[in-house]
Amino acid sequence: MEQNLADRIAADPNYQLLKTTRSRFGWRLTIAMLVVYYGYVLLIAFDKSVLAARIGSGAMTWGIPLGFGVIIFTMVVTGIYVRRANSEFDELTERVKREALK
Amino acid sequence: MRVSMRNLPALALASTLAPGLALADVIQGGTKQATNWTAIAMFGGFVILTLFITKWAAAKTKSASDFYTAGGGISGFQNGLAIAGDYMSAASFLGISAAVMTTGYDGLIYSIGFLVGWPILTFLMAERLRNLGKFTFADVAAFRFAQTPVRIFAASGTLVVVAFYLIAQMVGAGSLIQLLFGLDYWIAVVIVGALMMIYVLFGGMTATTWVQIIKACLLLGGASFMAFMVVLHYGFSPEAMFADAVKVKADLATAAGKTPEEAAAEGWSIMGPGTFIKDPISAISFGMALMFGTAGLPHILMRFFTVPSAKEARKSVMWATGWIGYFYLLTFIIGFGAITFVLTNPDFVGADGKLVGGNNMAAVHLAHAVGGNVFLGFISAVAFATILAVVAGLTLSGASAVSHDLYATVIKKGNPEPGSELRVSRITTIALGIVAVVLGIAFKNQNIAFMVSLAFAVAASANFPVLFMSVLWKDCTTRGAVIGGFLGLISSVVLTVLSPSVWEATLGNPVGSAPFPYTSPALFSMTLAFAGIWIFSKLDNSARARTDRAGFLAQQVRSETGIGASAASDH
Repeated sequence: MEQNLADRIAADPNYQLLKTTRSRFGWRLTIAMLVVYYGYVLLIAFDKSVLAARIGSGAMTWGIPLGFGVIIFTMVVTGIYVRRANSEFDELTERVKREALK
Repeated sequence: MRVSMRNLPALALASTLAPGLALADVIQGGTKQATNWTAIAMFGGFVILTLFITKWAAAKTKSASDFYTAGGGISGFQNGLAIAGDYMSAASFLGISAAVMTTGYDGLIYSIGFLVGWPILTFLMAERLRNLGKFTFADVAAFRFAQTPVRIFAASGTLVVVAFYLIAQMVGAGSLIQLLFGLDYWIAVVIVGALMMIYVLFGGMTATTWVQIIKACLLLGGASFMAFMVVLHYGFSPEAMFADAVKVKADLATAAGKTPEEAAAEGWSIMGPGTFIKDPISAISFGMALMFGTAGLPHILMRFFTVPSAKEARKSVMWATGWIGYFYLLTFIIGFGAITFVLTNPDFVGADGKLVGGNNMAAVHLAHAVGGNVFLGFISAVAFATILAVVAGLTLSGASAVSHDLYATVIKKGNPEPGSELRVSRITTIALGIVAVVLGIAFKNQNIAFMVSLAFAVAASANFPVLFMSVLWKDCTTRGAVIGGFLGLISSVVLTVLSPSVWEATLGNPVGSAPFPYTSPALFSMTLAFAGIWIFSKLDNSARARTDRAGFLAQQVRSETGIGASAASDH
């Protein structure tokens, strides 16, 4: 890419908006994922009895819904990002492109 | 922590530490079974189908870009399935279900580690990779840097990861096929090597992608059926399944001469965390290797260049995460099914109380129990197909590191003669195939348990930090990236050699003597890599460093918007 085109795009307010919104959104979700996973792992490392505790009187323990929950969370959080990126962020990108290649 | 893995029951150890371990267990516990003609016939069908696809793909594979990226024309959905097919190895199917069967909940903790890297890859890397890269992740890492040093580093990182991953798969193939099909070890290794060479050599990325897609569908379909049969048996009540599994485990302990209290405790042990996670440092370090290693595996990163746009790249990783997560939910159910269907059936348990063929046969025996002989043959064939799909992806990735990064960019300075890059990648494919077969046979009786975890540790400590910093940090320079990257690469390999899984288990030193006591080096080697990149970039005042930093803005604009990115057409 030529430097002046890059400079021109970098100065576009839509580009600034795209960059900051997407980066903030991506980092927030990243931190959420790190907290959930390392929280889960450290919970086990520090106290195994929490997850081994039974829910009610049956065989089911808290560990099962929590472990499955981490898996579902991983899938859902990925879906949320992709959904927003493929609609809102892609529209912004299109606007930046139209402006730049005018 | 050094002992934490060792506290698991001896047989569970193998399948719990890493996918490679699972296969190591097959070698140690596996004896050649009677020739299984149903399985061989079904596998034959798979081979014929994939060879037809290769023939079709070969007609479309004319340029280097066809070879590396299937011309960039794979859709997000297809690529998602192919990524899942690349990632779900035979070891994760057989190994994780075996780990769940022996340790219960620990198997779930282990499989979660393999899933949590995908969102990170999605949020921070996927679209930027697609916007900056062309054929290999080195295209991205070296985007604004001096090509030669960064490419040499990236090719080293790729080849180390590919080599260890590939050896683990080849040894696994040999032992698994000996068990499932009743063929000799070396025959299985040669078949895998020959087929993978044919796919990659003639069909390039197009054939590899379709082999992975078909394998993913077969594996997901087969695993879904098994899990469905298990939950159907319990009237779709998880409570009934868990209660029955706890009872089976307790009864087995009683039969083994345990007191009623001990037996009850053993039964309940499968419902909560066991000895897999012990101290916080090992837990975090191992988690980091899996999480960030996923975002640094060259054969996975390469798949992002096969789609036409950043939008499709995001879709592929969303589908991949969905399929892989679903697969781990299934393996958990399959593991519990193995407890109640397999451990209670004298057909599958020998007189010594051990599973016929070793613990990694858990899912295979369950297939027999729920679907009879034909389904047993089907699952065996799928396990073989699974290995083929994974080794084809690995070989393609290793071949492109040599032909695109080393030959075309470093040796020919970016101007190879027309057609020569493709020729070099084909020669490399043959060389890699031969090396893989030879090493697969050479490592037959070695303890290769550490190999897959080493591949993940290197990917997390060398490839990921360089990729991450070069894309996101404007002050990163060529010197910083190369020195930091090599620090991560060397330290992760050295610390793995000094850790219990190599120092004690493979080299035979006494238990407890390993100089590096933790399960995984990632916490330390990743820190070293990031610190190295930061310090050596900060201290870098060369003319090259000024060029590197000046190039950041244009790189960032392209990585964010995709303007200037290779499109499907000009691929």
